[in-house]
Amino acid sequence: MTMLQSFLRRSEFFSFLLRLRAAEQGPIRLTQRRVYILPTGYGFTFAFALFLMLIGSINYTLGLGYLLTFSLAGMGLVSMLHSFRNLAHLVVRPGRVEPVFAGGDAKFELLVENPSRHDRFALLVVRDASVVDCDIAAERTERVRIAVPAPRRGSLALGRVTLESRYPLGLFRVWSYVQPDASAIVYPRPDESELPDAQVTPDRGEAVRAGGGSDDFSGLRPYQRGDSPRHVAWKAAERGGTLLTKFFSGHGAAELWLRWDELPAALDVEAKVSRLTRWILEADAGGIAFGLDIPGVRIAPALGDAHRETCLTRLALFDAGAPRS
Amino acid sequence: MPALPAPSLYALFVGIALAAGPHIPRLPIWVVGLAGGLLAWRAWAAWRKEPLPRKGLVLLLALAALIAVFMHYRTLLGRDAGVALLVVFLALKLLEMTTRRDVTVVTFLCYFLALTNFFYSQSIATAATTGATLVVLTASLVGFNAPRRRMQENFKTAASLLAQGLPLMLALFVLFPRVNGPLWGLPQDAYAGMTGLSDSMTPGAISALSQSDAIAFRVKFQDRPPERARMYWRGPVFWEFDGRTWRSGRAPASQFLTFEPQGVPVSYEVTLEPHNRTWLFALDLPGMVPRDALGTADYQILARQPVRSRVRYEMLSFLEYAATAAATPEELDYARRLPPDWNPRARSLAAQWRRESANDEAVMMRAIEHFRAQSFEYTLRPPLLGQNAVDEFLFQSKRGFCEHFSGAFTFLMRAAGVPARVVTGYQGGELNPVDEYIVVRQSDAHAWTEVWLEGRGWIRVDPTATVSPVRLESGMAAAMPAESESLPLFVRPEFSWLRDARYRWEALANRWNQWVLGYNPERQRDLLSRLGMPSPDWQKMAAALFWAVAACLAVFALVLLARRGRTDPVQSSWLAFCAKLARAGTVRRPSEGPQAFALRVARAHPQRTTIVEPIVALYIDLRYGPVPDNAGVARLRRLVREFRP
Repeated sequence: MTMLQSFLRRSEFFSFLLRLRAAEQGPIRLTQRRVYILPTGYGFTFAFALFLMLIGSINYTLGLGYLLTFSLAGMGLVSMLHSFRNLAHLVVRPGRVEPVFAGGDAKFELLVENPSRHDRFALLVVRDASVVDCDIAAERTERVRIAVPAPRRGSLALGRVTLESRYPLGLFRVWSYVQPDASAIVYPRPDESELPDAQVTPDRGEAVRAGGGSDDFSGLRPYQRGDSPRHVAWKAAERGGTLLTKFFSGHGAAELWLRWDELPAALDVEAKVSRLTRWILEADAGGIAFGLDIPGVRIAPALGDAHRETCLTRLALFDAGAPRS
Repeated sequence: MPALPAPSLYALFVGIALAAGPHIPRLPIWVVGLAGGLLAWRAWAAWRKEPLPRKGLVLLLALAALIAVFMHYRTLLGRDAGVALLVVFLALKLLEMTTRRDVTVVTFLCYFLALTNFFYSQSIATAATTGATLVVLTASLVGFNAPRRRMQENFKTAASLLAQGLPLMLALFVLFPRVNGPLWGLPQDAYAGMTGLSDSMTPGAISALSQSDAIAFRVKFQDRPPERARMYWRGPVFWEFDGRTWRSGRAPASQFLTFEPQGVPVSYEVTLEPHNRTWLFALDLPGMVPRDALGTADYQILARQPVRSRVRYEMLSFLEYAATAAATPEELDYARRLPPDWNPRARSLAAQWRRESANDEAVMMRAIEHFRAQSFEYTLRPPLLGQNAVDEFLFQSKRGFCEHFSGAFTFLMRAAGVPARVVTGYQGGELNPVDEYIVVRQSDAHAWTEVWLEGRGWIRVDPTATVSPVRLESGMAAAMPAESESLPLFVRPEFSWLRDARYRWEALANRWNQWVLGYNPERQRDLLSRLGMPSPDWQKMAAALFWAVAACLAVFALVLLARRGRTDPVQSSWLAFCAKLARAGTVRRPSEGPQAFALRVARAHPQRTTIVEPIVALYIDLRYGPVPDNAGVARLRRLVREFRP
């Protein structure tokens, strides 16, 4: 047997032990088989203290000392069952997940239900550095929000979450791993460099909504980065000192196409994605209907939260290596 | 680092005070002041959320305390110095107690501190105090591990953890293989403060001891106990007299108890309180030597080690005997020796008896007659005597306690050339009617004389009895009605109800001593073989212990981890609702969803529509809605409970 084979075997064994599997669908019940328990450092210290007390009782023939030592030992052993009971038979369900921009924290919601008739105390829900401490009363459900750092765009699976507890005496740590089927969409991080304005292609298309066109001047609003210089009210700026953007409405408003191919070729994929993200956000903030045209994806110009999120999601999941369709 | 929960901190402070409190009278005053001050300051700091001092300062204080404890005790080892160090360090640890790790360590130290109280007392009261201490300490520990919980709940959990630990404790206590301590030499101060007879007898020594109410030993007779006047519990025997003090002198050569027993032996079991000497007390004369003990030629029974913990031994005694075999000429000569000077009047009196008597027995009778005829007084407060103590007692004060009588009598015998020796021990004993143990107290301490008569051997003469026969029949209290204010309170006759209560309490205390404190390897073997374990050894005990603990844990696991059948409160409320309707005649078909069922119910019970509709709507919401709603679940449950179709 080669080293590799034995390693594979072992890792299989470990993954069996730790139940490292694909995400589990639906509610996850922490059955007794998937709850682990081991003494903590305090547990060992406690055992050592009891050992010293036993030695003292033997040496000085302290009948009452035996009684005290054994009471504490009995209490410690019983606390093991209470620790176990504090975690076993909880039910974990994935909850809502808010999308996040890369670089932020994805907030996963977990619904932890305590179906039993006893309260649960000091449960820690741990996902790497994110630790949430909660109590769950009997027959109640607690919503736990876990913040997971999302450094890169794409789909971020929640991954393995540890539920653990040291209640009641801290002598034992009882824990269980769950991997609920939850993932967050991580939008690309918007480009923050000084950037050229998106091209407003003079395609005449269907106007989507008043407010986004360029036909009829309908007012002024404060300048936002990304507004077309052609719409800046330069005269007003001369007078007032602040930049204002002319605001048009009416049918035939220009449709903004955000096109992959129009980005400078020098930019790499991530930079292009990042810039498109920025454009989407600014177009949306400016109330300009926009369409997205990236390899493999073409989304007709539109406005609104749902549209923005669809576009951002496509960008988040965009894979430059995938075949174009 | 989250702050430590304040209620748990306060509980911990109370626990520390409870664990350290019993030590206060035993600790140097500066330790009490320092520890109490630090505890109070730390409690104040917790209340006001003051910052704690820097680590360097605490370290410096700890070093200073270490030196101070050493200066006080001249050692850092040993029982008392160890306790003082533990208390001081615990108090100093409070100053840097900020994390859960710290409080856990402090709690464990307090458990240990609670144990150190047992060096000084293992009474039932101590056990009760320690139990309360454990609950408080454990409740604080629970609080630190469940910071948002109410303290009251923590106390409940702590108490139930300890209560559930009791069966395990019992299994461990009974089955854990016991060994006889100590495992290694104990420090010198381990046995300070034990009372009992001394290895010498000076006038005034026993009368001082007689004012102590402490129990010397307890006796359980197999049959009826002999009458009180015949219960002479033999202790140290004194051969040598230096004019004032009687001492044991050189040990007689023979190692055997040789005498001719007469009559039926009495057998009994003695539970002896520790007295830090080797004497094991037995009725005159002991007919056997227990395990790990020696018998001497003057009928003493000596343990091989000083009795430093309560011991129990089986004994057999012959109340009638002829102690003829043991005396050698050297021994008899030794029993006639007196210092050359002092007490001239006593000597001349003895010489006069010698001249006027035919034999030793006649001399002895003259002496006894002398004590009877002269008006001697039996008193707990004899006057102090000078150089010629025997003369002063015999001819001037004529007031004395048993050591005066027996000492003077033995002196007179020796001065007349009759071999005699002083025997000390206890006389009498009190039957506790509750558990039928005979209790012998320090106040029963006694001294008498043994005289060697040719042909009859050593015979016991109790000059105290000739002066005050009541002393033997009814005890010291009856013998001294005139000065009862100097007697121990419980012995006084007017407090009979008090005595009754004390009988009960002492019977309980005796149980405690016999079964909790005195549960030693012998008793363990005894109990286990009575419980059906043939020839118990440590392997069998360990195996039984393992199974007992496993069984306890299995039972607890079954009870604690049992899943109650119903799990979903929404579903169970809905089922209850359907059951109510089914009883009213509208049975939900298995294929029927809640909305369809609701429509049918509305047709069947039109007057109930206003109640049924919200229930069904709420059920659908809770069952199929996205978000759990604890308030909604409670509302559904209430609506269903109140629903009457």
